Amino acid sequence: MKITISNGHLVDAASGLDRIAHLHVDNGRIVATDAPPAGFVADRMIDASGLVVCPGLIDLSARLREPGFEYKATLESEMQAALAGGVTSLVCPPDTEPVLDEPGLVEMLKHRARNLDQAHLYPLGALTIGLKGEVLTEMAELAEAGCVGFSQANEALVDTQVMARAMQYARSFGFTVWLRPQDAFLARGGVAHSGPVSGRLGLSGVPVSAETVALHTIFELIRSNGCRIHLCRLSSAAGVDLVRIAKREGLPVTADVAVHHLHLTDVDIGYFDTSCRVEPPFRSQRDREALGAALADGTIDAVCSDHTPVDDDAKLLPFGEAEPGVTGLELLLPLVLSWAQRSGVPMATAIARMTSDAARIAGCEGGSLSIGAIADICLFDPQAHWVVSPATLRSQGHHTPFAQRELQGRVRTTLVGGRVAFG
Amino acid sequence: MRNPQLNDHGELQHLLSIEGLPRDIITHIMDTASSFLEVSDREVKKVPLLRGKSVFNLFFENSTRTRTTFEIAATRLSADVVNLDVRTSSTSKGESLLDTIDNLAAMHADMFVVRHAQSGAPYMIASHVGPDINVINAGDGRHAHPTQGLLDMYTIRHFKKDFSNLTVAVVGDILHSRVARSDIHALTSLGVPEVRAIGPLTLLPPGLEQMGVRVFTDMREGLKGVDVIMMLRLQNERMRGALLPSAQEFFKHYGLTAEKLALAKPDAIVMHPGPMNRGVEIESAVADGPQSVILKQVTFGIAVRMAVMSILAGGR
Repeated sequence: MKITISNGHLVDAASGLDRIAHLHVDNGRIVATDAPPAGFVADRMIDASGLVVCPGLIDLSARLREPGFEYKATLESEMQAALAGGVTSLVCPPDTEPVLDEPGLVEMLKHRARNLDQAHLYPLGALTIGLKGEVLTEMAELAEAGCVGFSQANEALVDTQVMARAMQYARSFGFTVWLRPQDAFLARGGVAHSGPVSGRLGLSGVPVSAETVALHTIFELIRSNGCRIHLCRLSSAAGVDLVRIAKREGLPVTADVAVHHLHLTDVDIGYFDTSCRVEPPFRSQRDREALGAALADGTIDAVCSDHTPVDDDAKLLPFGEAEPGVTGLELLLPLVLSWAQRSGVPMATAIARMTSDAARIAGCEGGSLSIGAIADICLFDPQAHWVVSPATLRSQGHHTPFAQRELQGRVRTTLVGGRVAFG
Repeated sequence: MRNPQLNDHGELQHLLSIEGLPRDIITHIMDTASSFLEVSDREVKKVPLLRGKSVFNLFFENSTRTRTTFEIAATRLSADVVNLDVRTSSTSKGESLLDTIDNLAAMHADMFVVRHAQSGAPYMIASHVGPDINVINAGDGRHAHPTQGLLDMYTIRHFKKDFSNLTVAVVGDILHSRVARSDIHALTSLGVPEVRAIGPLTLLPPGLEQMGVRVFTDMREGLKGVDVIMMLRLQNERMRGALLPSAQEFFKHYGLTAEKLALAKPDAIVMHPGPMNRGVEIESAVADGPQSVILKQVTFGIAVRMAVMSILAGGR
């Protein structure tokens, strides 16, 4: 299949593109920009006038809920949501039921995804059996089955000796360990940022120190064990400062932030709105601004949706009992674009944070429009306005704090491996 | 964000929290309570304002005392009262919570009086029910206990007449206290110039300063010159652990004794929402002493709850 995408505004930091040009795809790969290769005859022309053409988005955290939570979401529903959001690669945390701690489970999931033939799926294996923080998983076997890294998802790794050994073991094979920095004790029972809002609403707080204490521990263990660490879902200005210092020191760390943290604060909880129940919690305005600035300057390498479909039974509860998580795959692109616009960040930089930078972290294909790259491509209309209506989202998860908000930027066409998968 | 307590005309639809309650509504509730006070002194202690209405006491957390005061208030207004003890223990009961509400609404309930261990639960119920049902928060988690706050304000007004020149101290476990939060919002809304919070830092929530409160960790310092002392109950399970080493040490530093009371103004009043732990947060000599207005609070509580119910029923 040969496809020509004509007259689009190509934006790709990896290949330095930021101009209007044609893009030619053959046999699943990008083969040329501007003029087609000699003898190239397109089977299909896609007119991209007025559209931005960028690499397909790589989402560093998307829960598809399989296996085990099919009543919350399925691969079918969430893959559809991903493609509609321009997301062509999904990194999935291992907190399924059962937990992704056995190669067989990973193979089954990869097999299911392959059969669906939609977005690429890159599972993270569990770092410890059952995510219990006690026994290491067979990381090498899991990697062979397709895991791109190892993580505790939202479960804490309380035992620092286990953490140190997990780092040593992962480093032996060159694996990256993905950790969400949160001290289990300081965060215990907390459901909202520890501050004036939680104090006023009578909600148990998660202090910023839960993040900074965990970061200090992780950095200290990296210094002695040298393992490459990806820090998931930073939430605070103080945390950002520590990451900046660690990077300056040369520690092998990368970091991401969830896109909703660029927009919301604890004040948005309002009158106990459970669609603002997320992990880590929304913090203060100062924290939100620091996260945005860090994403802009690259201290935070990537932005993800942290897509987590939650069913009504688990969400329509008092705030403290509601399950954390929001739907995000279809909102990632417009929310990043509006953050960039508000913050004066160039669109190319914003797109890089969910394409080329994310690919570097996950060590996966994609995230580039350069010649020879896999033809995972997203075409979106940067001018299209639309109102988020949870009922019309393709994801089975309908809970989002952005319901009824007007957003700008809508995906028109998504290509995966040179095939038009959406639009 | 629309205030979920008020209807489109700015009238009280639900009583969920004192925060965000306009000052004139607070005053109106207190004025209405005054007129109900004499009902309780009558031979026949009933007025027909809620005749034919059904009030459902929905207590997801046990509290015989509070439930009884609502029951008495509703009965004196001639309402039919249904008491439901729907205590739930685990987090998996959420579905049954909204199911319960739907079922009771289908029985033509007019008013729900809700107590729940989770902060915000009455908000969820209020947003779920139709416009012909009123919800009264009878205490949700650590968040709010608005009728207690209102009866406390009624008590202060009864003894002090005016709020604009008072210094009020709230003492003890403020972190876990919905009463303290409601009192603080009520006091600041009514224009009390100085509200103090006294307690060890483990029992003070973050953000008190933003609520307009001066924080004291030294009780003697904090009680100096105050007009009103509002003591709080210390729950048994908090008396030993990482928040406090022991009830004895707490009493020594934060218990109200005659000697500490002497630091307040000579005509200072002592309040407590009950039930009291004598010898833990307050000594008996003070609780039963001439400055204590604790039993008055209970009496006023009935009238204030009658006032809230009648205003909600009439505002529709």
